Amino acid sequence: MTHEREHMNVVIVGHVDHGKSTLIGRLLADTGALPEGKLEAVKANCERNAKPFEYAFLLDALKDEQSQGITIDTARSFFKSKKRDYIIIDAPGHIEFLKNMVSGAARAEAALLVIDAHEGIQENSKRHGYMLSFLGINNITVCINKMDLVQYQKAVYNRIKEEYGNFLKELNLKPSAFIPISAREGDNMVHLSKRMPWYQRETILEALDSFKMAAAKDEQPLRFPLQDIYRFTEEEDDRRIFAGRIETGRLHVGDEVIFYPSFKQSRVKSIEGFSTNPVQEMAAGQSTGVCLATQIYVKPGEIMCKKLEKAPHLSSKFKANVFWMGRQPMVKNKKYKLKIATLQIPVILHEILSVLDASELSSVKNKSTVDRHDVAECVLETMKPVGFDIVTEISETGRFVIVDQYEIVGGGIILAPVFEGQTSLQEQIQQREQNWQRSEITPDKRFLKHQHKSAFVILTGPADTDKQKIAKALEEELFKLGKFAYFLGISNQLMAAKDSSQDRTLGKLEQIQQLGEMAHMMTDAGLILLTSISNLDEFELKMMKELNQPNKTFVINVGESHLASSSVDLFIPDQNSLEKSIQEIFKILLKAIALDPEYTI
Amino acid sequence: MNKLDSLESQSVYILREAYREFKSLAMLWSIGKDSTVLLWLSRKAFFGHVPFPLVHIDTSYKIPEMIQYRDELARKWKLNMVFGQNTKALTEKKTFPEGAIDRIACCRALKSEALKHTLAGDWPRFRMNHATGQYELDKNTEPYTGVIVGARADEEGSRSKERYFSPRDKNNEWDIGDQPPELWNQFKTDFAPGTHVRIHPLLDWTELNVWEYIEREKIPMTKLYFDQGDGKRYRSLGCFPCTFSVESKAKTVAEIVEELRSGKFANIAERSGRAQDKEDGGGLETLRRDGYM
Ligand SMILES: Nc1nc2c(ncn2[C@@H]2O[C@H](COP(=O)(O)OP(=O)(O)OP(=O)(O)O)[C@@H](O)[C@H]2O)c(=O)[nH]1
Ligand SMILES: [Mg+2]
Repeated sequence: MTHEREHMNVVIVGHVDHGKSTLIGRLLADTGALPEGKLEAVKANCERNAKPFEYAFLLDALKDEQSQGITIDTARSFFKSKKRDYIIIDAPGHIEFLKNMVSGAARAEAALLVIDAHEGIQENSKRHGYMLSFLGINNITVCINKMDLVQYQKAVYNRIKEEYGNFLKELNLKPSAFIPISAREGDNMVHLSKRMPWYQRETILEALDSFKMAAAKDEQPLRFPLQDIYRFTEEEDDRRIFAGRIETGRLHVGDEVIFYPSFKQSRVKSIEGFSTNPVQEMAAGQSTGVCLATQIYVKPGEIMCKKLEKAPHLSSKFKANVFWMGRQPMVKNKKYKLKIATLQIPVILHEILSVLDASELSSVKNKSTVDRHDVAECVLETMKPVGFDIVTEISETGRFVIVDQYEIVGGGIILAPVFEGQTSLQEQIQQREQNWQRSEITPDKRFLKHQHKSAFVILTGPADTDKQKIAKALEEELFKLGKFAYFLGISNQLMAAKDSSQDRTLGKLEQIQQLGEMAHMMTDAGLILLTSISNLDEFELKMMKELNQPNKTFVINVGESHLASSSVDLFIPDQNSLEKSIQEIFKILLKAIALDPEYTI
Repeated sequence: MNKLDSLESQSVYILREAYREFKSLAMLWSIGKDSTVLLWLSRKAFFGHVPFPLVHIDTSYKIPEMIQYRDELARKWKLNMVFGQNTKALTEKKTFPEGAIDRIACCRALKSEALKHTLAGDWPRFRMNHATGQYELDKNTEPYTGVIVGARADEEGSRSKERYFSPRDKNNEWDIGDQPPELWNQFKTDFAPGTHVRIHPLLDWTELNVWEYIEREKIPMTKLYFDQGDGKRYRSLGCFPCTFSVESKAKTVAEIVEELRSGKFANIAERSGRAQDKEDGGGLETLRRDGYM
């Protein structure tokens, strides 16, 4: 049977050339963790190429790494102590590969931080220390390496210990130990070294084993970010499964649940699985899927929580620390994509509060961009409200990455929600209104001419309804009556309404914004503008309404509705006849825009 | 959570991210233990279904039992089974077993090249028709933009440096010096037209974990992995001219697990039976940069 052994990921960090890869290589070699013949093969390869042997070559497997004597990308190696199984992650120390270091460290629960005794504390010794605190890793041991180069002097060890200890204190990090080692010579790695009799505490191997396992996250409130909704109909499978991983908390059959940000509610009917015994409960860390007791419409990216537990924050603005990796700096008011848990949403940099030089812990104020390797405290704004937590409370839903073009360019942790101030859309509208040259022809004059006020009429609802047909027929009727009406057709492909995953990209929101701007112009000209777009949600409607201000917007839902009744002016059942639908819409327009009453039959 | 549970959970998470983000997704199935575990994990992730095609690159030098096992399982689990191959190199006999080229060049032609063109859809793909049980020319020639692969970090050097989601350019090449950041389970799921992304849900698994999981889940394996009475079995499956069996009396999954945990293979690398690795000083790096799995 399987042994129940603990398992842990540990990352090795520190400045370039301070001996991280050597440390791991030596540890693997001295504990017999290398596959048979591996050490000999690497040695033989060095001999063949007339290179001195390096333990680091056991990790630095790439040709470029070996020829340059540098680690380029992180490597995973597998290591077992008596106590537990480890994945040891070797991180590069060169600043050029900081994104690789972060990628490796973000997977770890604990870290060994290596400092060269001879060279002393360097820029990336500090920067890496800071990145560990940023990533929330507080299981740390400091290894003061290359003691052979300083004649194993206790004084050197003490000096670095004190100086670096103070630096970590500023970051609220308390290392479990400072170990003087020579990785290359094997001192204090697996056994205490006779060359440093003044040091009688733990070895590297013992330090690894004394790292504490992270506490289970079962006791926190439930956070179940929805990854996807499955309906596989083959072989008469009619389950509608809400799939995801329980990041924190517990989930039990019968639990009353609520989704954020949509506030949709239901109850867990069953926990689904494949080739397992049926279960009633699942806990943090498990990937699973549930069926719900009622039919509700939610989208991937929402967070399922328990009704009776602490809710996540809900806001479109938050304060965060962002670590930037992009070659282009991060700039204000440019649209990026934010990925937080399973949600993807457009985001802009609203305000930079301060920028930190992570190698000195000194902050720079009044910077207008965030450059590569900067850490910035800033306010971000998403285009719709999102559900999230503060990173120190629930880290899984309190951190995010930022994507520009096709690349992940930033990582961030959320410090607090922000509720004050205007949204950028409001700012934008305000600016527009200030700069708008109003025509001499007032709305009243246009009213007298057209015999109706202007309006923006949006037909929405599920993709497979007749809303487009209705909109077109309506345009024709209005036209026949001599009204100033126009149907703006937007292809569904463009708006990508049918597939829920597509609306999580920048595209749809951008189009909606453009449409809102266009509507404002056309309604300002006195037009009755008609359009039909599938599956709009409350936020998208709100955005278009705001943009069309001060002119009127009407929302008509055709068919089944997922919208709150407060954001819809008229619900039309799908089975209505065309004439009936048009009549109902007319009724609304009649009052609201003083359409003359001759059409009432 | 125990180790196998957390490995399973992470792999399932990765598979679901891939399925949501990639419109044209496929899984490479080499018929070996790793990709068969991957196939099983897909059934876990999608509740008994495998909602994408399984692609096999048939070099024609595979051990015959492998093909038989592939088609049996494909029929039984109703898999969307597709294969592709380098027909030109095979008909012109430009292969290592024919004595025309060396091992590395052969791998490049029969595997890397065939893979590249099968993924791109510009070479014929053959798809199993479940009504007849026969393979037919696949009408779908759309390139696969997400390709799930069963690589493990413990196999060799260049694999130890992989990301879970690893981009490949237009020529299938891997820019190993400039890989995308990957943090907090946020993966590279955005990619330029013409490029694709390799997805590696098994990176954190060791060979031992794979067998422990096969044991726990009772996943059917081809009999080539077990001693059939002659004291020999395969530890890693590939083409017969380049893959050698190992001396072992392990007849069951439990015996293999024991052999790896504390027995004769506890300290011997899995791919030590693969000849092509030895010819490449870069530990497969050269091949893998060009798109080898
Ligand atoms: N004298 C001495 N040299 C050492 C020791 N440990 C490592 N070195 C040497 O320091 C050099 C750099 O070692 P690496 O292990 O490659 O350093 P690294 O920290 O992994 O470097 P990057 O990954 O590129 O940041 C090599 O030449 C090692 O032989 C030690 O304990 N004593
Ligand atoms: Mg290194």
